[in-house]
Amino acid sequence: MPLLRQVPGAGVLRRPRLRWADILVAAAIVVVLYLVARASAGATAPLNLEAPQAISTDPANLPYYALRSLLRMFAALAASVVFTFVVATAAARLPRAEKIILPALDILQSVPILGFLSVTVTGFIALFPGSTLGLEAASVFAIFTSQAWNMAFSFHSSLVSQPDDLDEAARLMRLTKWERFWKLDVPSGMIPLVWNGMMSFGGGWFFLAASEAVTVGNTSFSLPGVGAYVAAAVGAGELDHVGYAILTMAIMVLGVNFLFWRPLVAWAERFRNEDTAAADRPRSVVLGILSRSSIPRGFGRAIAPVNRVFDAATRPFGIAEHPLHVPALRRRAGDVAVVVVVAAAITYGAYWAYVFIDSTAGLGSFGEAFLHGLITLLRVVVIIVLATIVWVPIGVWIGMNPRISRLAQPVVQLLASFPANFLFPFVIAFFVAAHIPLDIGGIVLMALGSQWYILFNVIAGASAIPTDLRQAMESFGLGRWQRWRRLILPGVFPSYVTGGITAAGGAWNAAIVAEVVSYNHQTLTATGLGADIAQATSSGDMAHVLVGVLVMSVFVVGINRLFWRRLYRIAETRFAL
Amino acid sequence: MNPTETLTELISVRGVSKSFATEGGEKNVLDDVSFSIREGEIVALLGRSGSGKSTLLRCVAGLIAPSEGEVAYRGKRLNGANPGTALVFQSFALLPWLTVIENVELGLEAKGVKTAERRERALRAIDIIGLDGFESAYPKELSGGMRQRVGFARAIVVEPDVLLMDEPFSALDVLTSENLRSELVRMWADGSMPTRTALIVTHNIEEAIQLADRVLVLDSNPGRIKAELSVPMPKPRDRRSPEFEALVDEVYGILTGQKAEPRRETLAATAGDAAAASGLDVPLPTASTGALGGLVGLLAARGGTEGLAEIADDLRYEIDDLLPVVDAALLLKLARPHGPDLRITEQGRRYAAADPLRAKEQFATLAVEAAPLVRRIVRELRHSDSGAIRADDVLAELKAFYGDDDAEQQLDTAIDWGRYGELFEFDADSDRLLLPTHPDAAAGVPSA
Repeated sequence: MPLLRQVPGAGVLRRPRLRWADILVAAAIVVVLYLVARASAGATAPLNLEAPQAISTDPANLPYYALRSLLRMFAALAASVVFTFVVATAAARLPRAEKIILPALDILQSVPILGFLSVTVTGFIALFPGSTLGLEAASVFAIFTSQAWNMAFSFHSSLVSQPDDLDEAARLMRLTKWERFWKLDVPSGMIPLVWNGMMSFGGGWFFLAASEAVTVGNTSFSLPGVGAYVAAAVGAGELDHVGYAILTMAIMVLGVNFLFWRPLVAWAERFRNEDTAAADRPRSVVLGILSRSSIPRGFGRAIAPVNRVFDAATRPFGIAEHPLHVPALRRRAGDVAVVVVVAAAITYGAYWAYVFIDSTAGLGSFGEAFLHGLITLLRVVVIIVLATIVWVPIGVWIGMNPRISRLAQPVVQLLASFPANFLFPFVIAFFVAAHIPLDIGGIVLMALGSQWYILFNVIAGASAIPTDLRQAMESFGLGRWQRWRRLILPGVFPSYVTGGITAAGGAWNAAIVAEVVSYNHQTLTATGLGADIAQATSSGDMAHVLVGVLVMSVFVVGINRLFWRRLYRIAETRFAL
Repeated sequence: MNPTETLTELISVRGVSKSFATEGGEKNVLDDVSFSIREGEIVALLGRSGSGKSTLLRCVAGLIAPSEGEVAYRGKRLNGANPGTALVFQSFALLPWLTVIENVELGLEAKGVKTAERRERALRAIDIIGLDGFESAYPKELSGGMRQRVGFARAIVVEPDVLLMDEPFSALDVLTSENLRSELVRMWADGSMPTRTALIVTHNIEEAIQLADRVLVLDSNPGRIKAELSVPMPKPRDRRSPEFEALVDEVYGILTGQKAEPRRETLAATAGDAAAASGLDVPLPTASTGALGGLVGLLAARGGTEGLAEIADDLRYEIDDLLPVVDAALLLKLARPHGPDLRITEQGRRYAAADPLRAKEQFATLAVEAAPLVRRIVRELRHSDSGAIRADDVLAELKAFYGDDDAEQQLDTAIDWGRYGELFEFDADSDRLLLPTHPDAAAGVPSA
């Protein structure tokens, strides 16, 4: 028997002469490294609070600003991935941690992130005194908070829904914790994680734009970036410069999609746990070039010793197995300890918040916030109703025509991830010219970013309706209305509900930037909870920020529980295809 | 190779019971099971579905904890995955993102075996199991039979003391499973298989007798050891030999000899005799009316008597598929057991000869007479003022005696029987059982 036989891999059998792919990949690596170095050099510049860095609206600066923004986005994505791995794994593997983490994530997912901007900016500046790194961190953190919860949920649900047999196989092979994580947990959660990351990244642009230029306690901060550029251009009333920024933004969104997400999505297909490959599996030109080059394989061989070091170093943490028998007394003691600690923390936090609000804003401010919340709620409801009436038929039409759907899908994806706040200036300019009050116009602003989720999900739902069912309906000669009632509406309902939840959540968040807007040295204000939070933030009134964010969270969580959850249950039990 | 008492006892199972919590109480899956596996013997656990054989295997593998009793490996009580075993799964359980050789190497990697030695041992296992040339293939590129070979290679590469197999051939087609099975027998015979001790879980009688030195027959609901047979024949065994066939018949006899006895001992303590009298505790065999008709028809066509093994063979039925139908025929007195054979009754002949409407009427009478759950539903419907009862209520009562899935299966079977006999109907939209005379029951009038 041969002792060491070569395993024939694809690379050994096929030796391409043409090494242009290697040259291309090597060049790309050099360019990326240079750009990262260039962009990160500026991130540690000293911060002068007295004379904040001015943002020039000269379009020549846009490429550099775009680079800085992009670096923030990827820093936030990296942070989200690390957070996801740690927190979701803890929730899936430690039963006690799960009981705390899941409700916490659920609430965090629903709270208006932008309301926290003031708190985090102040905190991070204190953390990195005298450096722009604090502001950078605050911006990255804002983007992070728009992505991390979603991704953690997605990864947690793939961890707990892991096929039983794979779990049992891993346990019986006595994989170490580290091995199990990289060999089983991450690969089996890869596809949902990549898709979720892509969607969350798209949503992150909105928070990037909102977090690069903030006013906290009457001090304005801005970071070099496209978001700050737009803010500066809008403040000066230069719509043409806003146009350049939008163009830059579109190039960035499409570029990142082409160079990063498409290849990643196509690559993640290898982790699909199915016998047969899907007929229309995602493809990517970039991934094609990468796989033709020998550099990624060489890189893999080069880091193999590093992997071995990690494998050996993590061995002492033991195997990924839990004891079958735990003494009841010890288990009970652990439960009690966790409950006591969590209850104490919550009580202390609630008490602190109560004292703080009572001594500053007064408890009466809750009543006002609640009333304003109802007004904002009315706007959200109008958006959802209108978006449903408009986008459900269009989405169904697109989804049921495969050809149109192929063309429309990327466009809708671009629209969904394009930060709506970049489009605000044009709409606001129109409102100012047409004398439309922001109380009405705010609805349009809030809808700009959030409505796409409904369209996007309805398209997906409609294209998933089996062809044989549609043909059956046609062969029975059912009328248009009958067909809608019997097949189409039930068919798209589950995805519509998913889109609806996301759209409503997005609209609440957008209220914070849409109910107070300034354009060309004018400020328009609408009555609403979003405006309250925004104004309290810029004047540094922490108590009112806290009240506003609390009330808005109650609204969002309450409506999710009372309304969307129920629809979801109906969708799952009655209309699952 | 008869195991002698002097051989090391590798695994000992002592008084193992396992129950799962259900809505109405507890479902007892395993009840006081004890056995041991000694070095060098191949033991088969044979039972129909519901006998808890897979649960028992998972207790032996240390994947789940028994509710009572203990499993020990080399005298040491298990508190986690059994370090001396490797498991071959029914579903293969290969990691789809790893190639064949990476899958095989994984267990060695977990043991911290160095790269070069790992590769060498993996290639040797691949050689033994007949996978040469497929090292760099991904599992999805392989056929089912080749995938299960990877499953075997992955298990034997770590050289476990005991090879565990959970219905390893039942996901494969007949020819492939036959081929793999006989190769396994050959590997054991010529000594190329490094692991000589094995526990195989199966519902295939011939498979058990073909492979094992000792067959443990499990009773169902709850699972307990009903019989133990040793198979003294030399391997490879000829399935057409009279000895072999006699053993198959004997096992069939053991498996069908089981009466649908009231399961008083598994009752929730609160349920008491009132519930027992209501008939909920006597399980309906989960057989469809169509299959039942087919079986009785087949018996009539074969002159009234036929061996169970022959029926299973002809229909390509596993015993899991066949036995519930046989049970239903016995329950409704359409047939009765006759040694290892099944013999049609007078009633059965009439049923087989009747036209569809007559057959339905006859079935209805028999079902009300002999199937307690059906009788119970019919009686409640007749006593209710509206001629309708909520299916959820029936289900809730059933859940006091069965696990969630089993309770639903009981109700589904009762509904199938009731519908076929036109005893009652089921309205899925309102989740109600209805008498055929109920206004909502008018079949065929759509609500639109």
